[in-house]
Amino acid sequence: MTAPPPPAELEPQETLSAEMAALRDAYEHTGVEETQPRLDYPPYRSSRLRHPTKDLHHADPEGVELWAPCFGERDIDPLEADLTIQDGGEPIGERTVVTGRVVDGEGRPVRRQLVEIWQANAGGRYIHKRDQHPAPLDPHFTGVGRCLTDDDGGYRFTTIKPGPYPWRNHRNAWRPAHIHFSLFGSEFTQRIVTQMYFPGDPLFGLDPIYQSILDPKARERLVAAYDHDVTQHEWATGYRWDIVLTGPHRTPAEQEDA
Amino acid sequence: MTRSATPGQTVGPFFHYALPYPGDRELVPPGTAGAVLLHGTVRDGDGAAIPDALLEIWQADPDGRVLQRAGSLRRDGFTFTGFGRAATDASGRYSFSTLVPGAVEGGLPFFAVTVFARGLLNRLFTRAYLPLADGAEPDALLRSAGDRAGTLLCVADDHGFRFDVHLQGDGETVFLSYPGHRGD
Ligand SMILES: [Fe+3]
Repeated sequence: MTAPPPPAELEPQETLSAEMAALRDAYEHTGVEETQPRLDYPPYRSSRLRHPTKDLHHADPEGVELWAPCFGERDIDPLEADLTIQDGGEPIGERTVVTGRVVDGEGRPVRRQLVEIWQANAGGRYIHKRDQHPAPLDPHFTGVGRCLTDDDGGYRFTTIKPGPYPWRNHRNAWRPAHIHFSLFGSEFTQRIVTQMYFPGDPLFGLDPIYQSILDPKARERLVAAYDHDVTQHEWATGYRWDIVLTGPHRTPAEQEDA
Repeated sequence: MTRSATPGQTVGPFFHYALPYPGDRELVPPGTAGAVLLHGTVRDGDGAAIPDALLEIWQADPDGRVLQRAGSLRRDGFTFTGFGRAATDASGRYSFSTLVPGAVEGGLPFFAVTVFARGLLNRLFTRAYLPLADGAEPDALLRSAGDRAGTLLCVADDHGFRFDVHLQGDGETVFLSYPGHRGD
């Protein structure tokens, strides 16, 4: 198999890199800290018609927004936290443990709450039917996992380290290896979907999705740390990644009632 | 001390085999007594339908009670949990089979809504209010939304309620920011 020729109409990486550098420079001169991704970030081409042009409207959470959906043992099979045993055979790639804690803005654990992940396989291919990357599918890997946090807010998945994959944002565009995470807090306003990255990825500087977070310290919060204490003898490498949710808005007394 | 929140990232194009699940959009089985459809289309700044968006709703029960019941992922057909999830189809449409939310603690009844999509770098929050009952006054949020308040209101139809989402452009939906969301 040979590499497919790039479509001529796609812009080169240099164009995108120059745009991202200009946005970084402009940001550094504002002096305002932006710790969440910009919704209007033109280098991510698909965002052009999909970002609100009006400012988000300030709202104080009320009623149902002060509570989150509740998930329990009946919602999840504990085996769903191990992505290496799902399809009757061993998936190919670097077996790895990803673990950490989910806490709120006050550092309190988010207990008994749902964590969902999805990812590409070791070759950088999703089982999704729209993934056209000509890398092999792994018959023993779906790349989907779920778990509930424990009483300390802890989560833990055993998986295969995903590969980077190409996308059509521009010519020779590659996403840094990542795992998609979906998280709930104890309030609806804490809902978040994000991506966890692996340390030292050479693609960070080239990737518009990662670079859409303009504050460098905030970006780095998406990068897991290699942890030799999580690594298991002759079995799996280990990474630690903690997640901090916004809020809470409910008072501690209301929390006790929950 | 308040910690800095982890940044969000786009849900991307490949969530369909991971986030949707059987029964995700059926908070009650269709045909249940009192079941209504909450449905609509998600559109971009050109008015084009978005076939790779995902909506979640979280709501009170018809008596205005906020429930803390497990079972949203493995529905048993009779426990109402108040949570639902629906990906848009090829024509950008979504729908939920659910019950009409009641008013919580004297507020106006609404569905809390989150929107995710490829091309959308972070999730968006909004409210889908029930049409205002006769004599009902708009609440603080609807008043502050001014002439855009209509984007927060469901429209009653034969099936239940229609609530269209416009990420950008004409009729752009009012999206919400809660305290602490911008790192403030
Ligand atoms: Fe991805």
